[in-house]
Amino acid sequence: MKMNKESKNLFSVEVLGLVLGLIWIAPFYLMIVNAFKTKREIFAGVLGLPQSLALENFVKAFNDLEFLKSLFNSLLITGVSVAIIILFSAMAGYALARNKSKLSGIIFFVFVAAMLIPFQSVMIPLVSIFGQADLLNAAGLIFMYLGFGCSLSIFLYHGAMTGIPKSLDEAAIIDGANRLQLFWYIIFPLLKPISVTVGILNVIWIWNDYLLPSLVLGEANATIPLKMFFFFGEYTKQWHLALAGLTLAIIPVIIFYFFAQKQIIKGVSEGAVK
Amino acid sequence: MNNQNKWFWIFLSPVIVALGIVVVIPFIYGFVFSFTDWNGLTATKFIGFEHYINLFLEEEFMNSIWFTIKFSVVTVILLNVFGLCLALIVTRNIKSNNLLRTVFFMPNLIGGLILGFIWQFIFISVFGDVGNLLGLESMQGWLSTTETGFWGLVILTSWQMAGYIMIIYIAYLENIPKDLIEAAKIDGATALQRFKSITFPLVAPAFTVSMFLTLSMAFKIYDQNLSLTNGGPFNSTQMVAMEIVRTAFSDNEMAYAQAKAVIFFLIVAVIALTQVYYNKKREVDM
Repeated sequence: MKMNKESKNLFSVEVLGLVLGLIWIAPFYLMIVNAFKTKREIFAGVLGLPQSLALENFVKAFNDLEFLKSLFNSLLITGVSVAIIILFSAMAGYALARNKSKLSGIIFFVFVAAMLIPFQSVMIPLVSIFGQADLLNAAGLIFMYLGFGCSLSIFLYHGAMTGIPKSLDEAAIIDGANRLQLFWYIIFPLLKPISVTVGILNVIWIWNDYLLPSLVLGEANATIPLKMFFFFGEYTKQWHLALAGLTLAIIPVIIFYFFAQKQIIKGVSEGAVK
Repeated sequence: MNNQNKWFWIFLSPVIVALGIVVVIPFIYGFVFSFTDWNGLTATKFIGFEHYINLFLEEEFMNSIWFTIKFSVVTVILLNVFGLCLALIVTRNIKSNNLLRTVFFMPNLIGGLILGFIWQFIFISVFGDVGNLLGLESMQGWLSTTETGFWGLVILTSWQMAGYIMIIYIAYLENIPKDLIEAAKIDGATALQRFKSITFPLVAPAFTVSMFLTLSMAFKIYDQNLSLTNGGPFNSTQMVAMEIVRTAFSDNEMAYAQAKAVIFFLIVAVIALTQVYYNKKREVDM
């Protein structure tokens, strides 16, 4: 009797959850369904299913977004930025965690405190300085991402170092390894779980970033969000094309989510809770 | 010892150079130049607090601050309510809990710019059609008034980030010992009592994390603002971040925009530090 009541309870929770789930994906559903419609069909109504699949929307969006080129730019900038953030932040987190001096503590504090500074507060001088150094390009952008991304990453690596015993360092040094070898062959592999977390957090942020690329890159080497902005501006009120473009733009993210779902949720959870 | 010092600096130099050039120097630079007539390249004279006085007298800037505060307060409340509710649902022993986690979290992976465009379609076309169907005049012309623009931004942000806050609450909910709940059940505690006396106090630390996160996230929103309402109508839904970008890069008033950016930093820093202090204190009291 009691069991019965509990499973009934559970059933209503499940129904509630599923209803909320449907509400949650409704925007994506509406986007995709209407991306397959013609302009006339959208005008007639956005709630029904398309009568035939207007694939030409996608062909036009694909061409106008220069999709492969934008995808390549996004992959390159995100990939290189995240790789150097991981490497240099792990090195710094290791050095700061092993050195117990006062100076080391102060440097760590500066990195953590820098997280308080919102982007808009440094944006204008940053663009001015990089503009004068002729670095408003992909290389400059990657360097900026290192500067903005390293604080949280160092913080996470610093925390993870407490789980790695110092005796490992001493043993390796006695065996004749220098610090760089010790880091690369022993410490860095042990930090792999936190590297996955750091990587995921930075990929999500850098891949989707719009404002910084819009200030640094031109339209010629735009990333997906930046290109999407120009594309959308060109086709305001032409929803069939805009929605096809938006659908294309989120496909890479959906693929990434599909393959790395567990790590993504775990990574985000660790990044937020620490 | 000396050798160790050498390695210490070698390991730190890349990030120190990067943080220095990208964050620390521009931050100090910007602070100094906000007291001058800087045009982005050169400054000819110090003008003291002139920009700071002017920005407090500028109606548009004060409106953007007020709008951002209202938006942040409403969003933080909704985000935490939704986040906790979603977490309570998916941590129950239901069949679809993994599927639902995936669905609720998904919007977080997609950038605010793209989501704002998608919701522009929802608010304008879908709401319009649904309104016609139901004969509701109030669903027409969303995003074309300040009021509906405000709620549009609130809905978009809550939908986007609730899954993220859910993840934080899940981490805490799953740490609650199962036998504590079982024991309470045996003692005859109702679901509400169990929530009030066990679950709620034990997830309290999650509030530290998520209030801090959501408040500063909400305060710094830019992409969603740009793509959903573009600040319209008549800049009435323009938040502080967007106001700073516009002043700098559309109006080309670099020093004045930088003064706004300094104020922005002070507000964000005060929020963050107060939250941390307040929540840490409350945790200890508990």
